[in-house]
Amino acid sequence: MAAKIELNNVTLKFGKFEALKDISLTLEAGKIHGLIGRNGAGKTTLLSLLAAFREPTQGQVEIDGEAVFENPEKMQQVGFIYEKNYADEYQKIPAMLEFPESYRPNYDKEYADYLLKRFKLPLDKPIYKLSKGMQSALNVVIGLASRTPITIFDEAYIGMDAPAREIFYQEILADQAKHPRTFILSTHLVSEMDYLFDNVVIIDHGRLLMNEDYETISAQGASITGAADQVDAFVSGMKLLNEQKLGGTKSVMVYGTLSEQHQLAAHQQGLEIGPVSLQDLFIHLTEEAH
Amino acid sequence: MSNAFDSSKPIFMQVRELIEDQIVNDQLKEGDQAPSTNQLVSFYKINHATVSKGINQLVEEGILFKRRGIGMFVAEGAKQTLMGQRKEAFVDNYVKSLMQEANKLGITQAEVIELIKNTKGSEV
Repeated sequence: MAAKIELNNVTLKFGKFEALKDISLTLEAGKIHGLIGRNGAGKTTLLSLLAAFREPTQGQVEIDGEAVFENPEKMQQVGFIYEKNYADEYQKIPAMLEFPESYRPNYDKEYADYLLKRFKLPLDKPIYKLSKGMQSALNVVIGLASRTPITIFDEAYIGMDAPAREIFYQEILADQAKHPRTFILSTHLVSEMDYLFDNVVIIDHGRLLMNEDYETISAQGASITGAADQVDAFVSGMKLLNEQKLGGTKSVMVYGTLSEQHQLAAHQQGLEIGPVSLQDLFIHLTEEAH
Repeated sequence: MSNAFDSSKPIFMQVRELIEDQIVNDQLKEGDQAPSTNQLVSFYKINHATVSKGINQLVEEGILFKRRGIGMFVAEGAKQTLMGQRKEAFVDNYVKSLMQEANKLGITQAEVIELIKNTKGSEV
């Protein structure tokens, strides 16, 4: 079970401040979408609209063609996992998990128990006593085991150590293969998580910068390395994202797809063409927009 | 991305070479089940789209074949085909760069041949 999300000309204002500016996008069902953006770009704001925590000032937010806001049937399909404050949570994990078990129709208790073991979460301690990373892992367990058709992880890994994050990523892939749904992962850890994404959404200053499948995006950039003057001649007229020089060698990152003739020409001139990571593309695209 | 890959060439090509290597080295024999896309994604931490691109090339070339709902298998004659391809590419991939480097260093052709003869493992 998976659901499709559509935003049509969505604008959200807080007083005079426009947090989201005229965003239109479609997120296909059954895919893992990566949502990336700088601090304050509007990622969480956008996600809170999907989870019907707020109503947009203008435009529509729809799941499978129906408006989300104050729509209990649609809201039940969306799991929004974010950093929660557990300072006053005196309950223990088993009592805590009774909530999703009773409110989420697809909740899988067996899977939750398996995840609790994998993350080595203690069942006999009150939740406020758990470390930040363990509290985040508990959120992840709730998000995964609820199997909501739309599952949103908004920087859900906060405080989790590297091995725990690794388990998180493995479980997303494994469970997606068995129970496909629409995942949205918002993250700053682009280089660590980009292999999970089927589709990438980049927002910057409340605007949509890009919404493309991973393959298209990764073909959007190339690095060209070689003798400085040759590289300069080769990239003239192309859109440069970044350049670095070391002695007589220069490495330039260009935005756009290189044609086969271009690639062949580069090869003949002894220039090296390499891929550009999503992280690098993201850094330079959002830097440029300022 | 795992350390098994570098940025010298497209990752999807490195993925296919990785599988090719396993076939040429007999780690994967003809008729054996090849690792699934999902397994490769989790293991090497590279994107699904990238893995599929590499695998699909091998399928198109008849090195691997798909069995619906079961997985990917090594085709009969795959090793033979790959060895043929690699022999053809041997001059481009190895001999040319060897001679380029030798020229830079002023090593003569005769010296190169002598060096090859004296290198361990060259007695085949």
